[in-house]
Amino acid sequence: MNYPIDKIRGDFPILSRSVNGRPLVYFDNGATTHTPEPVVRAMDEVYADYNSNIHRGVHTLSNICTEAFEAAREKVRAFINAGSLHEVIFTRGTTESINLVANAFGEAFIQEGDEVVVSGLEHHSNIVPWQLLQSRKGIVLKVIPVMDDGTLNMDAFYGLLSEKTRLVAVAHISNVLGTINPIQEIIKASHERDIPVLIDGAQAIQHTPVDVQALDCDFYAFSGHKLYGPTGIGVLYGKEKWLSAMPPWQGGGEMIQNVSFEKTTFNELPYKFEAGTPDFVGAIGLGAAIDYVSDIGLKHIANYEQELFNYAFSRLSDLGKITFYGTAPQRTSLISFLLDGIHPFDAGTLLDKMGIAVRTGHHCAQPLMKRFGIPGTIRASFGMYNTTHEVDALVAGLVKVRQLFG
Amino acid sequence: MTIKELQDEIVEEFSMLTDWMDRYSLLIELGNELVDFEEAHRVDQNLIEGCQSKVWLHAWLEEGNIRFMADSDAIIVKGIVALLIRVLDNRPPDEILNADLFFVDKIGLKEHLSPTRSNGLVAMIKQMRMYALAYKTKMEKN
Repeated sequence: MNYPIDKIRGDFPILSRSVNGRPLVYFDNGATTHTPEPVVRAMDEVYADYNSNIHRGVHTLSNICTEAFEAAREKVRAFINAGSLHEVIFTRGTTESINLVANAFGEAFIQEGDEVVVSGLEHHSNIVPWQLLQSRKGIVLKVIPVMDDGTLNMDAFYGLLSEKTRLVAVAHISNVLGTINPIQEIIKASHERDIPVLIDGAQAIQHTPVDVQALDCDFYAFSGHKLYGPTGIGVLYGKEKWLSAMPPWQGGGEMIQNVSFEKTTFNELPYKFEAGTPDFVGAIGLGAAIDYVSDIGLKHIANYEQELFNYAFSRLSDLGKITFYGTAPQRTSLISFLLDGIHPFDAGTLLDKMGIAVRTGHHCAQPLMKRFGIPGTIRASFGMYNTTHEVDALVAGLVKVRQLFG
Repeated sequence: MTIKELQDEIVEEFSMLTDWMDRYSLLIELGNELVDFEEAHRVDQNLIEGCQSKVWLHAWLEEGNIRFMADSDAIIVKGIVALLIRVLDNRPPDEILNADLFFVDKIGLKEHLSPTRSNGLVAMIKQMRMYALAYKTKMEKN
């Protein structure tokens, strides 16, 4: 079957707009993806037809809305093949998911002097929550070094695991380098030592099928807005054995069973971790996004994106005088590079004038920039709707940038 | 020339360039031509770190006027820095404090001074005014 690129592009109204008088070429999908019409429609319908607070009222609309919200949870469960709906918690996004684990898991299972292992290519969202835990409880943060090609130094990883390691937290795919980390190996090695593993899936969930049971990861975090869904909604998958044993993180409505000033008892999973009115409209939108992606087929999307990636890498390589960051054999979805002698801010500014959206800067991964000794990179990150024509436009844009610099 | 006249001059120079590429070419040229930043002043104290690019700003007092020397690692930012220095360098503190920097908007570079751009330019202008205020206070005390 041919990949239905024209139909897909037609579903994303924003792709036909122009920017600075030029057709938009959007290569900043690693930061956020666009939203197809069916997702926008699903959310419009909530407000137009059945908006009501969930799990509260006995009235009809509240019931319809609750059912739609829980149906979205089931869609997420099926999408990542979680064993139970109890294991799917709605959050604001990947960042909140990781903070939830750092706080609740950290509260129950990590004590002073214990160790958490992260990698040197993590996004700040998978570094700072652990540093906060470090300052609260005096834990120790261990970092897996990154090799020159952007892979993790696995020999060093094995050396970091110790009797004091309480959790390993690593990205599935690097947001700067595109490296696909060997998470199966990391999970297996950690479990052999009874150490649970959290996977930051922010850059993976939209590019590769994820089966949390096959992976056997203990936690998996991702965001809706990087999966063609709305902003402000995300997911934390967690194994029930951990979630049950973790104390609530935030308190409020929804997460309680009984409240009195003498004693409050908490609701069952997953509601224990969903204090306050959740973003049910966002969750329903995320459900619609999962339907949309699943209809096309994530494997299908992954194959198409890999071809696009290969094409882009070859075209960019032909430019010469370009340095790539991240050349791991297993990588996908994005390309980080610098044109020799040109600051990424300058290149990004000029590309923007040509209607081309790329990300420039440190990509919220300053330790990694320091590792490579650069101020930042230009990052072109791909989505299911990008085309080889757009890659050609990027290459032509970069040629023009060079011309401007003489 | 007054600060206003200098800005009018810049606006006129840019108004002759209707194509965005020509405008940015000029900025790049101005960036390249900016007086070399003295390495002795490239210290953390003079560094204004934006999210996207860095700016270094050094200021000193010379016969009642404030002198500026600045640099950036990004050439476009450096070009705008050069324009800011052309307008505000070698002026008495009061003029710097009261200057209405209208030229940036008029030559179509306002986007670079929005607080969200975080290229260090907004902080640089703020810092230039802080120097003006500090030297003004110092001069009044003496």
